[in-house]
Parts: sequence; C-alpha cells; structure tokens
Amino acid sequence: MIPINLIRSTAQSLMEKAAIEIPQDYLDGLKAAAKTEDGDLSSFVLRAMLQNYEVAKEDRRAMCGDTGVPRWFVKMGNEAKIEGGMIALEAALRGATADATTSVPLRPNRVHPLWRTDHNNNVGIGAPEIEYGFEPEGDWIDLITVHKGGLFGTDYRMLFPSDGIEGIKRFYLDTLVAFGKRGLACQPAIIGIGLGGSKDTCMVLGKRASVLRTVGSRNSDPRIAALEDELKELGNSIGMGAMGFVGKNMVIDCNIEVGYCHTGGMQMSVHAFCLSSRRAVARLHPEGRAEFRTDPDWFTTYQRRDTVDWTPAVEAAE
Amino acid sequence: MKPREITLSTTPKSEDLTSLRLGDIVYLDGLMYTAREGVYMRALEDRANIPMELPSESAANFHCSPAAAIRPDGSFDMGAVTATASFRFARWLPDWMARTGAKLIIGKGGMSSKDYRSYFVPNRAIYLSTVGYGTGALLGRGVENVEAVHWNEELGLAQAMWVIRCKRMGPFIVASDLDGNCLFERENERIGKTLEHVYKGTRPATLKRFGETDDRKDELIG
Repeated sequence: MIPINLIRSTAQSLMEKAAIEIPQDYLDGLKAAAKTEDGDLSSFVLRAMLQNYEVAKEDRRAMCGDTGVPRWFVKMGNEAKIEGGMIALEAALRGATADATTSVPLRPNRVHPLWRTDHNNNVGIGAPEIEYGFEPEGDWIDLITVHKGGLFGTDYRMLFPSDGIEGIKRFYLDTLVAFGKRGLACQPAIIGIGLGGSKDTCMVLGKRASVLRTVGSRNSDPRIAALEDELKELGNSIGMGAMGFVGKNMVIDCNIEVGYCHTGGMQMSVHAFCLSSRRAVARLHPEGRAEFRTDPDWFTTYQRRDTVDWTPAVEAAE
Repeated sequence: MKPREITLSTTPKSEDLTSLRLGDIVYLDGLMYTAREGVYMRALEDRANIPMELPSESAANFHCSPAAAIRPDGSFDMGAVTATASFRFARWLPDWMARTGAKLIIGKGGMSSKDYRSYFVPNRAIYLSTVGYGTGALLGRGVENVEAVHWNEELGLAQAMWVIRCKRMGPFIVASDLDGNCLFERENERIGKTLEHVYKGTRPATLKRFGETDDRKDELIG
C-alpha cells in the first residue's frame, strides 16, 4: 500500500522541481545547439537561456514567469495499491498543485474559459488534468508532472494516405515556420508529432511525444526513428533559430508517436515543448521510498503494444 | 558581432530612445508596471481610475503576469517574471498610450510595423522584447522591490497591475525604433529568402482549410 502522505509530499516536490530545474537531457541538447549556433541574435538568446537555468537553480525561482499549465500523468504497476484509493490520489495531486502555486510561487494561470474566474491556485474544473497509464508488473506508481506552455506552437490537421510523407513534411514545416516567427513557440523546442488515432487521440499522442519522451530517445520502430532524425534535421534547416531570429536551431529533438487510425485517414498533430521544458518524475514504492528522475519512461513496449493479449511470453518473443 | 548593451530609465528621455538600434540589448532601471487585457479593459472600457501617476512614475508597460503570490501578511513573493505575447493587445494600446504616455512597451513577440508606424512612432514609443522566451529567473533578479499590486481583487493575481522597482532588469532586445522599423519583420524577410528551398519535397494537404493561403510571408499575428 502506497502511503497517501508520501504521494502528497512527493507531488509537492515534483511541482517545485518541474518549475525550477531544467531536465538534464534538454539542457544537454540546448548546450549542443548553442555550440553550433552562429546567428548573432539567436546565439545571444541561447546563452541568456543557459544562464537563466543556472540562476533559477541558484535562487530556487521558477525558470520562466509563465509557469505553464500544471498537469499530471500517473503510471501504475498492476499490483499497486494506494492508501485511500484513487479519489485520495486525485485530491493529493490537486492539493499539491494548489499549495505549490503559492509556495514556489507559480503563476496562477488557470482561469474559467468564459468567466475568467481565477482561484489563484491553478486548480479548477478539469484542472490540473490527471491522466493514467498501467504496466503489467509492479507495485509502484510513477508520478509525472508536466507544466507545458499553453498558447502557441501546436496544431492539428487531417491528412490522408495520399498526402504521404511529403504531406507530413509540409504540415510539419508550416507549423514550425508559422509559430516560429517572432518566437511564438519559444523554440528551440522538443517537437512532438502524433500520427493516427482519432482527432483527440492524435493530439494526445503528439503532446505525449513532446512532454513524456526525452531528448535523444528514439521510437522503437526503426523506420519511425529514422523519420524522427529526418524531421529534426529538416526543422533545423529552415534557417530560423530562437525567437524567430536568423539561426539554425529550431528543434532540440523530434519525437513521433503513432496510433492505429481510420483506414481512410492519417491524422497529424504537432506540439512544441518550449525552452522551459518543465517535467519531473518520481517512482513511489509501498515501503515509503520515493526515487526522483526526469525521464517519464512512458512509452514502454506495453504502451505501444499492437496485439490482442499481453502475456510475458509475447513480450519475450518480441 | 556582440550586440550593444545599454542601460535605460523606465521614464526615458526622447533622445535616449532616438539612439537605440534594432537588436540592441537593454537593461532597465526605475518603476515598471504590468498591464495586459484585464487592466486595459478595466481602465479603458470600464473607465476605472488608474491607480498610478502615469507617465511621471513610469512610462514602461510590461505585458506580463509574474509568478508571484501575496503572503498572508500582505507582503509579496515574486519569483520569475516573463512576458506574454503582445499582439493580442493591439486593440487597446493606442488608447492606452494616449491615456498614460507609455514610452516603453515590453513584451513577447513585438507588434507589426503597421502598429509601430500608426501609434508607436507618433507617441515617440518603442517596443522592447524579452529574451528567450523566457529568461524569467534572470528578470526576477532584476526586481529590487514589489511596490504594490492593484486590482488583484477584481482581476486575479495573473491580470492584476503589479508595480515593480527594477534594478538593471534585463536583458531586453530593442524590437522597434523611432522610425517604426520592426526587428522581427527584418528577420522574417531574411529567413523567407531560403524557405522555398526548404519546402522542396513537400506537398500541400489534400484537404484544404477555409481561408488558407500558401504565402509564407504571412504571419499569424494581425
């Protein structure tokens, strides 16, 4: 049984870590980008960002004033049990979100869409989002918080098989160029692409590709992995860098996730996880231990399974 | 080439602004206030009295909601500060400038050169962009003191009017000049020259969108 107090206190720490500490994989990616950048202005911007991450950690202040919209992903091993059940878990995550908004502080971004009511704590109807995933074995839970920016850099389009890879590239470039101008997407970013599913799941796949995979990870399908490499290079050949200035770094990495879709369609979504790629992860064990990390490790073989049943034998055969 | 670095007052003299060039890096000293759609609507549409002496106290309008909280004892905890995209406020800015004499509009992404020419230049005002975006922790270090927060009851913390004393707050980038030139449009033009080549090997989507164009000179902002 995983103690509810452990969930609450770990969630509070994760909120703070996500807002303040840039994940190492993104930092390494940006340092590599800064080395190659030769545009005067975009190079200045990248150096300022690298300095900003240091200052955030030194001062324990949020790295960006727009601290995004906090959300949670919960991954559970099949044997995991939570003290008080799932309702207690959701209350703990909402409580931690509210408390961290004051204690860090975060920007209280969440308001009612029509009445603009602000509870000043990032909690409201449907906020924070809490999404779930399961793994076949284990008595642990993973808590993942992501505070993604919410306004620019994301788009969806219904493509068809006849659009092919050429159509995928067009929509990809259109999204990068359109939102890259003036730096609206806060690039260079981790670009996530969702392909297939339905409209809603396509958006979910693309968002998760950007926020739940790390820089340097590759899809387990080697042909998709090759497309990730190709699109990363294509994005960085636009001639645009940070803030939409002349430069060569738009994409720190490009991650693609797919889902089976309607036979007539090829849904596509593009998402940009910005210069403040806020994510933090912890695994909680029943004996009261919490292990912190920054890799959500969401897309396991189980999450990408394409068979009817899941058995250890099937897993071994793969 | 390393960009020039300049320190500027938040109540700048006209000649201080004349010498600024697109791409200069600026640090600010003095009082600055945040104002975005909430403040604009309350001041300009609901005709509420602006709770500051403008522009004598400050001529610097920051399009910003800080990551900040009011402690139970009434004091302020301001962590990071970064800008929000300014183009959405074009609807109110001409009236706001006329009413407040703002000379420095500070935000994200700039405005169009049309905006600059039609009401920035006549008001002798320029646009400063935050860097990144966003260097929230660096800018947070430039907050010497939070002097006041106005209208937080009416508008909530994110839309409230925060009054900040800045000490060498920055960096910011000069994104418009007193001739109405636009840094971002200059960069767009340079990048646009090679776009045709980058798009080779792509094809337009079979299913069109209503009102869609394929003109890559277009921008998403108005």
